[in-house]
Amino acid sequence: MVEKSIHIRFKSKRILLHSVVEFIYGVVIQNAEWYTEIVCDFAFCVYGIEQESIYLVIHRIEIKVSKMHKEFLMGNEAIALGAMAAGVNVVSGYPGTPSTEVLEAIAKRNDGSTYVEWSVNEKAGLEVAAAAAYSGARSIVTMKQVGLNVASDPLMSLAYVGVKGGMVVMVADDPGPISSQTEQDTRTFGQFAKLPVFDPSSAAEAYEMIQTAFEVSEKHHTPVIFRSTTRVCHAYASLEVKDKEEYYNNEIEGFEKDSSRWVIFPRLSFRRHGEIEETLPQIADELGALAYNKMEGSKAATVGIACGGISYAYVKEALAILNEELGWNFLGEETAGRYSVCRLLKVGTPHPFPEEQALSFMDGLEQILVVEELDPYIERMLLQTAGKHQRAIAIHGKMDGSVKTAGENTVESVKTNICELLHLQSVCDKDRVESGSQVESNVLSKENATMPELPVRPPVLCAGCPHRASFYAVKRAMAGRKAVFCGDIGCYTLGNAMPLDMVDTCLCMGAGITMAQGFGVVEKDTTCFAFVGDSTFFASGMTGVVNAVYNQHDMVLVVLDNSTTAMTGHQPHPGTGKTMMGDIVNKVSIVKILEAMGLTEVRMVNPLDLEDAIAAVKEVADKPGVKAIIFKSPCIAVSKPESQCSVNTDTCINCKKCIRELGCPAITVEDGKVVIEPSLCFGCGICKSVCPVHAIEGGRSHE
Amino acid sequence: MSKSVILCGVGGQGTVLASKLISYAAMAKGEAVRSAETIGMAQRGGSVTSHIRIGEGAFSPLIPKGKADVMIAFEPAEAVRNLDYLKEDGVVVVSKKAVKPVTASLAAKVYEGQDMLDYLEKKVQRLVIVDGQQIMDELGSSKVLNVILLGAAIACNEIDISVEEIRQAIKEKVPERFYELNLRALDAGCQLAIK
Ligand code: SF4
Ligand code: SF4
Ligand code: SF4
Repeated sequence: MVEKSIHIRFKSKRILLHSVVEFIYGVVIQNAEWYTEIVCDFAFCVYGIEQESIYLVIHRIEIKVSKMHKEFLMGNEAIALGAMAAGVNVVSGYPGTPSTEVLEAIAKRNDGSTYVEWSVNEKAGLEVAAAAAYSGARSIVTMKQVGLNVASDPLMSLAYVGVKGGMVVMVADDPGPISSQTEQDTRTFGQFAKLPVFDPSSAAEAYEMIQTAFEVSEKHHTPVIFRSTTRVCHAYASLEVKDKEEYYNNEIEGFEKDSSRWVIFPRLSFRRHGEIEETLPQIADELGALAYNKMEGSKAATVGIACGGISYAYVKEALAILNEELGWNFLGEETAGRYSVCRLLKVGTPHPFPEEQALSFMDGLEQILVVEELDPYIERMLLQTAGKHQRAIAIHGKMDGSVKTAGENTVESVKTNICELLHLQSVCDKDRVESGSQVESNVLSKENATMPELPVRPPVLCAGCPHRASFYAVKRAMAGRKAVFCGDIGCYTLGNAMPLDMVDTCLCMGAGITMAQGFGVVEKDTTCFAFVGDSTFFASGMTGVVNAVYNQHDMVLVVLDNSTTAMTGHQPHPGTGKTMMGDIVNKVSIVKILEAMGLTEVRMVNPLDLEDAIAAVKEVADKPGVKAIIFKSPCIAVSKPESQCSVNTDTCINCKKCIRELGCPAITVEDGKVVIEPSLCFGCGICKSVCPVHAIEGGRSHE
Repeated sequence: MSKSVILCGVGGQGTVLASKLISYAAMAKGEAVRSAETIGMAQRGGSVTSHIRIGEGAFSPLIPKGKADVMIAFEPAEAVRNLDYLKEDGVVVVSKKAVKPVTASLAAKVYEGQDMLDYLEKKVQRLVIVDGQQIMDELGSSKVLNVILLGAAIACNEIDISVEEIRQAIKEKVPERFYELNLRALDAGCQLAIK
């Protein structure tokens, strides 16, 4: 609270009261970085009539300033700080690119007042957060889009039951996809689940929007979905964020028992279904009016562009580039009767759809281009709105082939879409040449030259990754035998690459274990392997093992225990004995779990002891029933390197067996000779075991 | 006016730190900064890029093709791969040393960085080739290629950030025990570009 007394002298006595007030607010706003409330008492004092001036004496002015500071934040960190500013009490989630950093950022800044956990999977996380919200806590659960599939069972029911405290389900979608199995669209999921969906277009907007999301959830007693996409989650921006003292303090009232509210029965579901359908249009009006949905450009335009999320940024930039290139006014202010060519609708709350805003956007338009990633969600909703209100407008997008259906948008792709719509073919054609990455770039025209063939560079297992040794051991043990290798989700999916070539299937979290059983049923002569990481084993592998034991399947379970959740950036899990609250707890033992499930053959081997590992696989594979090998060796990110290896050029016969068999990125050919790159080698020593003439020196030795 | 800088390389080469240092230095000057990083599977030895956009007037965190003022390439083939992001008279600072992917080691045909450098020589008007290996041998650390390249890029005077401002960013963002080493790498990089 700041109190100030300001004397302001006006030159003329003929001023209206409201302009005085506006003036004061102007002065105040200019002097305050951020304010939430201004209270002002003032009085006029006519003085010196001859000079025609008036003094305005302000008796009291109170400015409630929200203290802010600037930070350079990743979109996910902005979401995290926004949630903290909204007073979040309970945070849960399961790691998954591109959502992971939200929970991590909260944990990092947590003073202990917020409860944070990496849950065993998304379903568990959602249920923990739901109960917290039943009790009046504000909670958030974070996950990637495929994680929502795992959490969908509780979510669908929770949409009916509702919550008391604000609850946000933060889901990160991955157009491209860059690091995911699917290009599913959480906006569509939100519509299916009948839940409000927020869709930020930038890190800055995400920070504000997540705070609104909590308020809306609490007000309407419904969980809400906050969906973001990779380019918003992983973009960085310099942002103004609230100081800690400004955070909302959510007092938790506690759980009030009421079985007519919290116990889902068909009768309750029927009643709630009706109520939800009644409230949704109300929420649509409320959310539609928020500034997250906005219209830009001229009322006189006949061409509309509708977009949401990161595509809004692409559209704005594409139009700015076109303005520059053609000297037109695509979206800017109307100046001297020069109307902008386009009108823009940005949809920030896609469900329930802001129909009223969409209708006023459509006024006077002849055609609309819809630019969005993943599903044609906005396009479908605009078509529905136009149909319902009998508006004759041509709507172009993914559904009529105007915009590509899969993959990410870019500024260039959006520019091409706009040019095609407006028949600016010449601009498009030039563009197409420039954006084809393998095509001769004609922007740079110093000299003509043919681009040399670029090496393909797919991701690979790190140099020194223990998974390489595990896959190689199984490969050697099973050489010449019929076997199928079911993979799973994690770094070890990369075991599919040449030369290892040890992942025959990969479907979803935990699927490898149960799929190995299915193969075993129909292919009796095949040895069926399932590779699963430690984190994935806990997340969704255990039920599959019980299925195998109960139904008498024949399979080899290989647990690749690297003591971390590596792919998503090394999060702890139940087997690591560390929690996100900083506690050291008992490690959950995979061996004991397997034994308790009834497995009689459970071996633990260090895969870097290659010969032992191969022997173990050979022995175990021939036993009947369900048997397990746990390859235990830490990920290089959570362990110390051994002394590096080097190739002795005197003894090396250049047979390249080390390269051909292992594919370790540290081993390359320089001037025709096999060498080990010292900045990459981790000293795991498996190349030593492979070399036929012992030409590789240094590295780890057998324990 | 906005400035756009693209950094490209191979996952694990330290592009992210270099990108952060530029961003922090720009932010410390009061500039609006947006950036985007490759995060996820590609970090395991795949092609990675960082996009940085400094100043007002940019909307997308990713740089549109043909709009990058400066490219800092940690690997010759990655420079060529991303060359269409560069504007006509843009600057390219590229590390001389090729990082050979496993696929290239397995394949019969060899990938040599020199072909890429030759191509860059022909296409790019303002090209600085950095022999980081020599400096790293002198400094006795194989982990400072990112800061050497950053030094060379700053010395080209195309990004409106001074060496002093990057030094300050290093001081604030890099653990103290690596501070001296990074400063020396930065200076060595600057010297190289000035020559
Ligand atoms: S010891 Fe051999 S296999 Fe292991 S990281 Fe070094 S070069 Fe690669
Ligand atoms: S991060 Fe760890 S588990 Fe993943 S590939 Fe690298 S060493 Fe292997
Ligand atoms: S396997 Fe041994 S002998 Fe053959 S190329 Fe590699 S280091 Fe040389």
